[in-house]
Amino acid sequence: MAYIFDNERPIYIQLVEIIRIQIVSGKFQKGQKIPSVRELALTMKVNPNTMQKALAELENEKLIYTERTNGKYVTEDESLVEKVKKELAKEKVNNYLNSMNDIGISYDEAIKYLQELGGKNGIS
Amino acid sequence: MELVKCNNLCKEFDNKQVLNNINLSLPKGKIIGLLGKNGMGKTTLIKLMNDLLTPTSGEVLINGEKPSVNSKKIISYLPERTYLDKGMRVSQILTLFEDFYENFNKEKAIKLLNDLDLDINSRVSKMSKGMQEKLQLILVMSRDAELYILDEPLGGVDPATRDYILDTILSNFSEGASVIISTHLISDIERILDEVIFIDKGNIILTSSADELRAKENSSIDEIFRRCFKC
Repeated sequence: MAYIFDNERPIYIQLVEIIRIQIVSGKFQKGQKIPSVRELALTMKVNPNTMQKALAELENEKLIYTERTNGKYVTEDESLVEKVKKELAKEKVNNYLNSMNDIGISYDEAIKYLQELGGKNGIS
Repeated sequence: MELVKCNNLCKEFDNKQVLNNINLSLPKGKIIGLLGKNGMGKTTLIKLMNDLLTPTSGEVLINGEKPSVNSKKIISYLPERTYLDKGMRVSQILTLFEDFYENFNKEKAIKLLNDLDLDINSRVSKMSKGMQEKLQLILVMSRDAELYILDEPLGGVDPATRDYILDTILSNFSEGASVIISTHLISDIERILDEVIFIDKGNIILTSSADELRAKENSSIDEIFRRCFKC
């Protein structure tokens, strides 16, 4: 899959964000082995060194770990993944509320909009 | 040891200083952008690395040695202008490269040419300009080299071809090898760079990791370059 990167921010940080989402969304499942640096770099069309740096950062966050000789795996720590998911959700909610606020819609109204326009099958 | 090292490198043409006391060291395993406007010394620096020019003073070292037959074996060079004989067929060029370079991987070249649906029996003169540039790049990237030096690989091709060229560079340089790409088309290429070097009027005015520079300046390399060289 090709991603469009924003040249104004470090590419490795954008890779961390993409892979983090893949982990919390379950696209990369807990305990799953992840492809090699070079393979990942190729599929995302980035420099392998940049990918290496992104994976090192995710390892710092404990979202992935290295099994010596065997490669890298997604964490099995469910509570950590949940925690990261919650942080991401919080960020998205804040973004939503802020942008609604920008167009003059208060917090209470924004919630209403969410229920009415988002609806049950609100993903459009 | 550094793959490329320049020590107090100077080059003059007819008493005109084209490169002015360049000190530079380039590591292994990186993709490096040599960025500068036209006529600022990029190609001269590249030609010195390839032993096509000799320094007026100072030196260039490749793996610690002066450029020679040995360095030519490990450097795969894409010059600014094509040197292919337009009357030749692609298959003949493949044979020529195979004879010329020990590290030329013919199977790889054929595979890449097949991906492009390019008939290896066609003559270079019958191919479009974009196709000729792709062919040249494929030949250069099909060598298992330690250093790839690409002088303006994106010049004069359409955006789709640019993407093809970048992907070909990314997926084909040997592991542990370095790539030097000179260009003034920065926004197209910056996503694949590890390191950037800004060259202006024969001087190196900045060297940095691409991501560190973005983080420090909160802008794209292209933007920083434009700010630096505002006319």
